[in-house]
Amino acid sequence: MINIEIDGKKIQTENGSTVIEAAHQAGIAIPHFCYHKKLSISANCRMCLVQVEKAPKPLPACATPVSEGMKVFTHSEQAVKAQKGVMEFLLVNHPLDCPICDQGGECMLQDMSVGYGNGHSRYHEEKRMVLGKDIGPLVSAEEMSRCINCTRCVRFGQEIAGQMELGQAFRGEHAEIMSFVSGSVDSELSGNMIDLCPVGALTSKPFRYKARSWELSRRRSVSAHDSLGSGLAVHTKNNRVLRVLPIENEDINECWLSDRDRFAYEGLNSEQRLTKPMIKQGGQWREVDWQAALEFCANGLRQIAGGAGAEQIGALATGNSTLEEMYLLQKLLRGIGSDNVDFRLRQSDFSADGKQQGAPWLGMSIADIGKADRILIVGSFLRKDHPLLAARIRKAVVRGAQVSVIHSTDDDLLMKVAHKAIVAPGAMADAMTQVAKGVAAKQTGGIAGSLASGDRVAVLLGNFAQQHPHAAQLQAMAQQIANVTGGKFGFIGESANSVGGHLARATPQGKGLNAAAMLAAPRKAYVLLNVEPELDCADARQAIAAMQSADLVIAMSAYKHGATEYADVLLPIAPFTETSGTFVSGEGRVQTFNGSVKPLGEARPAWKVLRVLGNLLKADGFEYETSQAVRDEALQGVDVAARLNNAVGGIESQAAAVNGLQRVADVPIYATDAIVRRAVSLQATADAAPPKAWLRSSELGKLGIAAGAQVKVAQGQGSALLEVAADDGLPEGVVRVAAGHPMTAMLGAMFGTITVERA
Amino acid sequence: MLSQQITTLIDKELTKYPADQRQSAVMAALRFVQDEKGWIAPEDMADVAVYLGMPQMAVYEVATFYHMYNLKPMGKHTLTVCTNLSCTLCGAGDTVGYLEQKLGIKMNEVTADGKFGLREGECMGACVDAPLLNVNNKKMCGKLTPAKIDSILADLEGGEA
Repeated sequence: MINIEIDGKKIQTENGSTVIEAAHQAGIAIPHFCYHKKLSISANCRMCLVQVEKAPKPLPACATPVSEGMKVFTHSEQAVKAQKGVMEFLLVNHPLDCPICDQGGECMLQDMSVGYGNGHSRYHEEKRMVLGKDIGPLVSAEEMSRCINCTRCVRFGQEIAGQMELGQAFRGEHAEIMSFVSGSVDSELSGNMIDLCPVGALTSKPFRYKARSWELSRRRSVSAHDSLGSGLAVHTKNNRVLRVLPIENEDINECWLSDRDRFAYEGLNSEQRLTKPMIKQGGQWREVDWQAALEFCANGLRQIAGGAGAEQIGALATGNSTLEEMYLLQKLLRGIGSDNVDFRLRQSDFSADGKQQGAPWLGMSIADIGKADRILIVGSFLRKDHPLLAARIRKAVVRGAQVSVIHSTDDDLLMKVAHKAIVAPGAMADAMTQVAKGVAAKQTGGIAGSLASGDRVAVLLGNFAQQHPHAAQLQAMAQQIANVTGGKFGFIGESANSVGGHLARATPQGKGLNAAAMLAAPRKAYVLLNVEPELDCADARQAIAAMQSADLVIAMSAYKHGATEYADVLLPIAPFTETSGTFVSGEGRVQTFNGSVKPLGEARPAWKVLRVLGNLLKADGFEYETSQAVRDEALQGVDVAARLNNAVGGIESQAAAVNGLQRVADVPIYATDAIVRRAVSLQATADAAPPKAWLRSSELGKLGIAAGAQVKVAQGQGSALLEVAADDGLPEGVVRVAAGHPMTAMLGAMFGTITVERA
Repeated sequence: MLSQQITTLIDKELTKYPADQRQSAVMAALRFVQDEKGWIAPEDMADVAVYLGMPQMAVYEVATFYHMYNLKPMGKHTLTVCTNLSCTLCGAGDTVGYLEQKLGIKMNEVTADGKFGLREGECMGACVDAPLLNVNNKKMCGKLTPAKIDSILADLEGGEA
């Protein structure tokens, strides 16, 4: 620690910090544009010039390290004169038309010019004009004349997103921010450039000219799209969500948001929203009032429970339903005598059920992952499944952590990967066993050597590992590796409430059927909570078949979807922005939020719908006044931290009999849940391109099919027509075909044998 | 695709830098491309980026930052006339005027036969010889007069045979 003085205020600060950091710590504001605490220092805007005692001229506070006894003056005559000079230069070429700029009202340049600018301009010559660019459907770069060349967006791409898609081309007066040959910015974190841009050069395309910042109400919420639990500031106007910005939390999302979290809100205002309860009568859908719809449901469930038996009723929920919703769903099912309830829709191996000591979770805090020095990522499409976790690990790698990967695809993680084992799904357990043996034998080199040499080892099981048919075995191996290396292991978690579902006991507790069993042995009645079975389940074809053969399907959904084909009643429920609720993130953080807007049309929060259903079915204990009461009951006597436990024992290794080509299925980043699937701008991105069938070129050669051709991929009776493409990062014997997309919804299980033939 | 000749030259250049700093060779690589093709097309920049393992945009930044890289075809012989202060004081304006009239093109244009391209250049650090022009960034010609320009052009016309 060293002592400095800023504006006469004595401050103790860490050696090596900069003047601007010290000033911010002490609550002294220094004007700046290019400086950002999360980015490298470029010192090119010169706005932060301050006077330093004994320095002959003003120094940039962002790039000046503190030294013992330094005396800094941020508001002295010299400093203010320099700052005003810089401001005048910045405004020379900047359009002075704030009233028509989308950034107006939340613009750093506008704010700063109030403090340091002149009332009028002394510059009367022609201004520099920079042409707008089209860099994709999310970020608007229409008005690049407004750019002050701070290069925050460029540094964000290089340092946080891991790919340099924007750069500063040309020089001097002609310098401009652009992408290479008018390419689009495809990073899954690109929206953060909008927040970083201090002026109106990069703005949000979907939000452009929708509202002024001062017209918006801000509501605190939690992201429903991945297991991180990112904090959202939901901005609303006239009971509509108009945009979503991050709420800073260093331990979760820092100050970033993934594009999925940021732009998914468009799906909330989708045309496909279900706004009235509907009943199918004589093959025709009819809008009815809530009373009629709920009585129809209650009667239907009562009849089946009384006739075929309650075990013929199954309930499925998605992992991004709230804790309250899942708690009431399982309570309702158990109230009428069925234990068939599950939310692990894409899971295929349930052999760890009953052998697991607690609820599966991340196994560590998100911050811990950033501090790990050896990270093994098993079966994860990390960048697409958990974009911000990937960014955190990327930062750890820059600091010197070694990342190893065991997976069935070799997607670019945009970070240095120390070692990787890219094997077919059937060989993943073997690969893990090898690593476990290597670690135990203190092997040097390879993945095992890397892990064995670490002090803080983290083994992370991704969505692919969790959905894998040998998931329990992978978990047991991860446990073994973590134990030997003294590290931690855990599941990254697929959905916003993957942990919450376990806490809510929305899984079979006794003899009930799990998600896969419920669909494999079709039930007579299904209650669906947010589920679109053909897109959300491990085996789309089987799920659809089960729905079609059921006598009663009650679909609680915010959208009119495929359920219109097979459901008997559609109950419009509120998505997470329209209801209060709780998500328990992957790291076990319990976050309750309120509704940001009122439910659309006649939609109602699902917890209220379930409460009324409970009452109609005369189940016990459905007299809740608020969702908080539901949460308190769900978590009553539950010590969340103690409930989280990945330890597993008694897992038998399964022989992997493999014939023919194996399917490797990712759930594309913008196909993960119902809201995201209806967010139009996200659907226009490169990441939302129609799925292809990917094979190694050697496999394509064996099949005699050229890349680009149309092929028929088939699993059992189901088939899909797709374009075939080559990816030499894939192992031998696999075909990568995405799930969760309408084009592949007629295929079978996400794992399993698949055939490819010329269409 | 980069030609064998270019990659050989780049490989030689790479030996000057640490193995994990391949991007250090980017300026040289772009120069080799221009020497061979006369200009640097975006596809060539992309190829250089792949070859050196750096982002395409980073190559583009370099290629657009330095004036001596041609971002469009500039003819067989690119004549770059210095128009900075010293040269201008010594009559660079007349040099430009004479060249434009003689070649029948304006600055940043190429003659119809594709032989000559005309560019404006920055100080070449040889003000003692002002006014100056540079042929293909390789050969500097100073103390220009109309007669001297005529002979330079004639030499280039003749020399190409």
